[in-house]
Amino acid sequence: MAIEKLTGENSMIFIRSEQLFDFARRNSLWYIAFGIACCAIEGLMSASGPRFDFDRMGVFFRNSPRQADVMIVAGTVNKKMAETVKRLYDQMPEPKWVVAMGACANTGGPFREYPNVVLGVDKIIPVDVYIPGCPPRPESVQYAFIELQKKIAKRTEERLAARNK
Amino acid sequence: MTDTCEETLGVGLLCEGQHDPGTPPAGLRRAPSGVDGLTTEHLIINMGPQHPSTHGVLRMLIEVDGEEIVAAEVSVGYLHRGIEKLAEHRRYDAIGTLMDRGDYVSGMMGEHAFAMAAEKLMEVEVPRKAHWLRSLASELNRLASHLVWYGTFGLDTGGMGQFLYAMRDREALLDILEALSGQRMMFNYIRPGGVVADLPLGLEEKIRTFLSTFDMYLEEHDQLLGGNEIFQSRVKGIGVIDRGIAQCFGLTGANLRAAGVDFDVRKARPYAAYQELDFEVPLGTKGDAWDRYMVRMEEMRQSARMIAQLIDGMPEGPHTAKVPRVIRPNAGEVYASVESSRGETGIHLVSDGTEHPYRMHYRGPSLYAAQALEEILPGHLIADVVMIIGSTDIMLGELDR
Ligand code: SF4
Repeated sequence: MAIEKLTGENSMIFIRSEQLFDFARRNSLWYIAFGIACCAIEGLMSASGPRFDFDRMGVFFRNSPRQADVMIVAGTVNKKMAETVKRLYDQMPEPKWVVAMGACANTGGPFREYPNVVLGVDKIIPVDVYIPGCPPRPESVQYAFIELQKKIAKRTEERLAARNK
Repeated sequence: MTDTCEETLGVGLLCEGQHDPGTPPAGLRRAPSGVDGLTTEHLIINMGPQHPSTHGVLRMLIEVDGEEIVAAEVSVGYLHRGIEKLAEHRRYDAIGTLMDRGDYVSGMMGEHAFAMAAEKLMEVEVPRKAHWLRSLASELNRLASHLVWYGTFGLDTGGMGQFLYAMRDREALLDILEALSGQRMMFNYIRPGGVVADLPLGLEEKIRTFLSTFDMYLEEHDQLLGGNEIFQSRVKGIGVIDRGIAQCFGLTGANLRAAGVDFDVRKARPYAAYQELDFEVPLGTKGDAWDRYMVRMEEMRQSARMIAQLIDGMPEGPHTAKVPRVIRPNAGEVYASVESSRGETGIHLVSDGTEHPYRMHYRGPSLYAAQALEEILPGHLIADVVMIIGSTDIMLGELDR
């Protein structure tokens, strides 16, 4: 019913442009296809497979960082890799978000004691959502994306509220 | 062996001109055909570590002359996380978790190799049922691993559909493996002494249901990718790893068998239940990417055959031997290897009689395949690179350890 009313010949929608953009952003979160280790199999491959099918949430992979909104850090970041992760993050256009997937990206995980391993990717780039697990199930990655969408929506509201005060 | 290696590989693997100050740099030698008095320059292209087709974080420096590759250099270490070193500080029963994370697409085989090495040191007798369950788990995992390879190899050639079909079957396999071990990927199922749990109730039925359609699905997969003319023309004849190169670089698994060398650890040094199973080892002839594709597809058929036999003949009895809670094996040095999805995965274990190994070496097949890339890539076109990497099925977790 509602959709017919909205799409009727003389209907109009008034929305703040910021809200419109953020609405579009949070429903087309394209992530960069950058799998580092084991988590990539679950978080990037199974996720885009037919069972979990992230596409229906507007979550899809791009091969270039310049076309991506989200970076899923899926795996162990070591000191040789850290530089690349940072560089890829810097190449992504604003606004951008980071999902730290798995114990390794959160804290170093099972390889924490090894001096070559970065103890959590938040040491090098800012992280928005952390997913625990080793590896987290694809469902948790989906949940993380839902949380990220909420976070983006909240950000708009907060900004608008601050301005209207 | 050294003589033949030198003969096969020749000298100066990279730019020949590099070592000889008398000749001009390699980049300034060849003009495009039909053009006189023009020199061209070589370009060095960086590929990776972020590249959708390097199957992880492999980095390559490729020197090209126009479209043609003149030299390639593989740079590894982007996933080095000290599995071997950390193993020296873990107890024997906890190292399985590290092995899972080595070759993470076929974790069962890594665990199996480690468990076998530890058992050799401990001198325990593994019950027959444990052997069969281990083989069952390994073959299921081999299917799951080959399906990942199949899906991504197709992606490398530009196809998308086969990836979705492969993932569909892989999810069914992961469900089975999850019921068996409790995890989708990091199983920690095969431990020193046996396996962690018996077949759960109803899993046998589930596996039979899976097998009843899998053969048909496999033919479908084969038709979808292998029957595709574009795919055929892209992979046939490229990336030839002949017998000499394969043996010189120490390749194992499908990469070696595609060259026609009949070596499979399951046949050569039978372990677990493989002696009692009826299966064939598929061989290729030329060793090109197409042969590797065919060998892996046939391996999947053989694995499905083995799973059916394993389910039918599953013996009764305990699923694990009696193992002390804290394992302190005898001092000594052993090597044990299994045929993983990618080749011979071996564990060299040195023990000093304490609860931690003194030294563990993890021999994964991918490092050798990555080394061979430097030899086989020159002479190909840029567009072939991802296909050749894809066809060798390297796994970076096990390469960098
Ligand atoms: S969290 Fe676990 S599964 Fe994920 S990359 Fe680290 S070791 Fe691998």
